[in-house]
Amino acid sequence: MERLSFDLASSSLSDMNRFLHTELSADDTRHVTVLNPDGAHNIAVGLNQPVTVDVQGHAGYYAGGMNKHARVVIHGSAGTGVAENMMSGTVHVKGFASNGAGATAHGGLLVIDGDAGLRCGISLKGGDIVVGGSVGSFSGFMAQAGRMVICGNAGDALGDSLYEAVIYLRGEAKSLGADAQFEDMTDADYSALAELLSKAGLDHDPKSFKRIASARSLYHWNADANQEY
Amino acid sequence: MDTKPVTFKRPSLEQSAGFDRSVIDYIQNAAAHGLYEIRGMGAKRKLPHFDDLVFLAGSLSRYPLEGYREKCVTKTILGTRFAKKPLELDIPITIAGMSFGALSANVKESLGRAATAMGTTTTTGDGGMTPEERNSSKTLVYQCLPSRYGFNPDDVRRADAIEVVIGQGAKPGGGGMLLGQKVNPRVAKMRTLPQGVDQRSACRHPDWTGPDDLAIKIQELRELTDWEKPIYVKVGATRTFNDVKLAVHAGADVVVVDGMQGGTAATQTCYIEHIGIPTLAAVRQAVDALEDLNMKGQVQLIVSGGIRSGADVAKALAMGADAVAIGQGVLYALGCNSETYIQNGEHMSAIEGYDALGTAPGFCHHCHTGKCPVGVTTQDTVLEQRLQPDVGARRLKNYLKTLNMELTTIARACGKQNVHHLEREDLVALTLEAAAMARIPLAGTNWVPGVNGF
Repeated sequence: MERLSFDLASSSLSDMNRFLHTELSADDTRHVTVLNPDGAHNIAVGLNQPVTVDVQGHAGYYAGGMNKHARVVIHGSAGTGVAENMMSGTVHVKGFASNGAGATAHGGLLVIDGDAGLRCGISLKGGDIVVGGSVGSFSGFMAQAGRMVICGNAGDALGDSLYEAVIYLRGEAKSLGADAQFEDMTDADYSALAELLSKAGLDHDPKSFKRIASARSLYHWNADANQEY
Repeated sequence: MDTKPVTFKRPSLEQSAGFDRSVIDYIQNAAAHGLYEIRGMGAKRKLPHFDDLVFLAGSLSRYPLEGYREKCVTKTILGTRFAKKPLELDIPITIAGMSFGALSANVKESLGRAATAMGTTTTTGDGGMTPEERNSSKTLVYQCLPSRYGFNPDDVRRADAIEVVIGQGAKPGGGGMLLGQKVNPRVAKMRTLPQGVDQRSACRHPDWTGPDDLAIKIQELRELTDWEKPIYVKVGATRTFNDVKLAVHAGADVVVVDGMQGGTAATQTCYIEHIGIPTLAAVRQAVDALEDLNMKGQVQLIVSGGIRSGADVAKALAMGADAVAIGQGVLYALGCNSETYIQNGEHMSAIEGYDALGTAPGFCHHCHTGKCPVGVTTQDTVLEQRLQPDVGARRLKNYLKTLNMELTTIARACGKQNVHHLEREDLVALTLEAAAMARIPLAGTNWVPGVNGF
């Protein structure tokens, strides 16, 4: 398999991104290595082919943002908004992730081996997120669809104003947000969770997780008022 | 002796200025429902506006251009700062962002067709891009909103420009709102929401906070589109001087400033009437900010919020805007608040529909209910047929054409061969408020309140 390498110490980020957008064929499965990322923002955003991108170091904001089809592996930590609005493919952060990890992702899988900051999975729209460690406050805020797996603990207001997304939590949440509630795990939950854990390369027992979903009491504005807005 | 208090006929029917019938109705509604009022459209109160300015045209000291024979350029270029592919518009009048969800698919198609015919842009809204609007619009601006409903990289790539929406004039500081009646299966699917929920959008973006983050977010959008497309930043008018400066700092190609007369499909009345500043005040602050940064001409300014006529457009341009965006005016052109809707060339009465909403043509602001009697702001399968794309596109094209003719008429009267040559010096104010806000002298004087120490 042909390998491509970009050294961000000597070549420009825009040139690399443009190459990845315009010089790859639709079924390109090559390996791309990004050297010396040094926390650069917007590495490998808007990918649209099934390539694999290995980022050899820390990434800044929005690494793998709006990804489609590609597999992006960050061999370090990621800044704010890693894999934001991902559509498909995989983004794997070997280190820690900052705020808004996987924000508004419509599809694909985001795996974070370490901890994630505030608002992980905010406004999630169908993507899957597996966090090996803990997440900060307001994670899963207004998450509409998709699944979040948190193997550690969660901060305040987990799952605030949830729509139809489901959160699986192994540790403890400091507090649940408005309209979020613990629910019983079903067989479907156990098998979904087992599959997500296996994709993330984690071997926790699905039985050790709790399910958090929406009580759906905020879906309609003050139902007592007979919708007399 | 008569001990009763003496009654006077006049005061017994005297209405209180502070507690008039409208205020009493508001209080009693609040008492009955425990819920604030939600409605559509913009501020209804009287505000200092472009009506309070007039042009000083050509005479002896300046000479006018011949109204019909002499050239008056309306070409408008947006996005010259960083974008490799700036937008070249035939007229400086654009269609403001309005969502599919708030509006029907037929309306979105009408907007696209009219805008394309007039060589201008139309804009998506909080709900993603529909094929109807992409296919009908030659030049389409794609909004990136806090909710990111339906937001996806394919549509970013399909767009001709991207507008990062920070706020809206009708509700600065607030997110969008779409009540359950309008969340039909198609809208629900596009927004990844359960059908029929009262949808409330976030008011802050999910993946950035503050101007330094915004700079990186804009860079992401540029990287994603290989620096081709203009990036707009839209703010609701509040601290406009600072906000425009920060938008420029964050790397915007174009700043859109939406004053408090700007409309909405649904929000709390307390937002509409009590938050934000009038468009007139906002334009001046925005232009001051660009001039302060020496960015006039490099970063373009689009002004919106209550622009209705060619005279309004001319005044906005003279104040320093590069273009305007129109939302409500566009809806009225399509037939909003009309007594009739047009079906197979015939006018049909819509009065029953207004009656059912407890309103009448000329007063309706019930966009939020989805029961628009003329088929403009609805997702109802029957009602939406009341606005056919052919009719809508023709009416809107006529409206835009009229505005443009009025604009060039005024520009020629002021002796300008290009509408962008209109300048503040061409204007005077009719009221103290307008003179102070726009910093334009009161007509017949050289007095600008607040300037030069008095």
